[in-house]
Amino acid sequence: MDAAVLNGGFGDAPIDAARAFRAAMQAMARPGTIHEVTGAEPPAPLSTATGVLILTLCDPETGVHLAGGHDCAEVRGWITFHTGAPFVSAEDCDFALGTWEALHPLDRFRIGTAQYPDRSATLIVERAEVRAEGAILTGPGIRDTARLSLPDVAAFRANASRFPLGWDAYFCAANRLAALPRSTQVEG
Amino acid sequence: MTEMTARKDWMSLLAKAPPKALAALWDTRETPDFTWLRAPEIGAAMVRGRMGGTGAPFNMGEMTVTRCSLQLDGGAVGHAYVQGRDKAHAERAALVDALMQTDAADRVRAEVLDPLRADMTERAEARAARAAATKVEFFTLVRGED
Repeated sequence: MDAAVLNGGFGDAPIDAARAFRAAMQAMARPGTIHEVTGAEPPAPLSTATGVLILTLCDPETGVHLAGGHDCAEVRGWITFHTGAPFVSAEDCDFALGTWEALHPLDRFRIGTAQYPDRSATLIVERAEVRAEGAILTGPGIRDTARLSLPDVAAFRANASRFPLGWDAYFCAANRLAALPRSTQVEG
Repeated sequence: MTEMTARKDWMSLLAKAPPKALAALWDTRETPDFTWLRAPEIGAAMVRGRMGGTGAPFNMGEMTVTRCSLQLDGGAVGHAYVQGRDKAHAERAALVDALMQTDAADRVRAEVLDPLRADMTERAEARAARAAATKVEFFTLVRGED
């Protein structure tokens, strides 16, 4: 088997995963904050931060959808070896992975139901860079306002408008990650 | 035997081997240099069975399994899934699996796998013999019901 598929997992899984989970949780709890994560070395085109999120959040019970260029043999093999997560269609996925363009159309993803709003997808968006500038964020977890470089303000505004339904998003670039939950109000 | 079934065969042997028996055979050898791909981790696996070996599958119960993957410095990759919670046992099993894919295969087979298989067959036969001694033969008398 290709060594690239087998390499690049957490060196010390309990410690690395706990640190990564803390970063992922803080990013989602405080939208607009940027966290640096380490530990994973996934094959291209996955970034380190995306790899860390996958290793931390995915297991055999979470369906993963790979969009566009991310749907390649190396990425599939790497995710299978390290997490055992099954690959599913966009309509059934718990986690969707890809660039912002590849993830479109966004109405494919689950937004939960009124009884179970948690049965929704989390988008992991691969970006060239994640910076604390651009769109203005307000809402839970933000003291006054925060700023985050979003790919598209209108889509996130529409997503926030159907709260408590909707999907959540992580943005990853190299080893930096930020998040935008559905509860955050976005203004251009 | 094809390459796949041969590997399946020795991985199955290592998975079921008693840790002490493998340790006794292995620890006389020098451990080759390797890197972890997946450090030993303990989990549970659901064992499924079929009634009579042919019926519909049912869940028999969970068993504790330790797994690990490693890569020798030569490039060979070894995997191990062994019963129980012995991480050192999983490491030895993965090393044997990796070495069986290298030039050292014949030596490993002769020095580790064959004695291990003989040992396990002997244990199984001894146990079967003990059980056979307690076997009761039932037979039915004609009851003349007609």
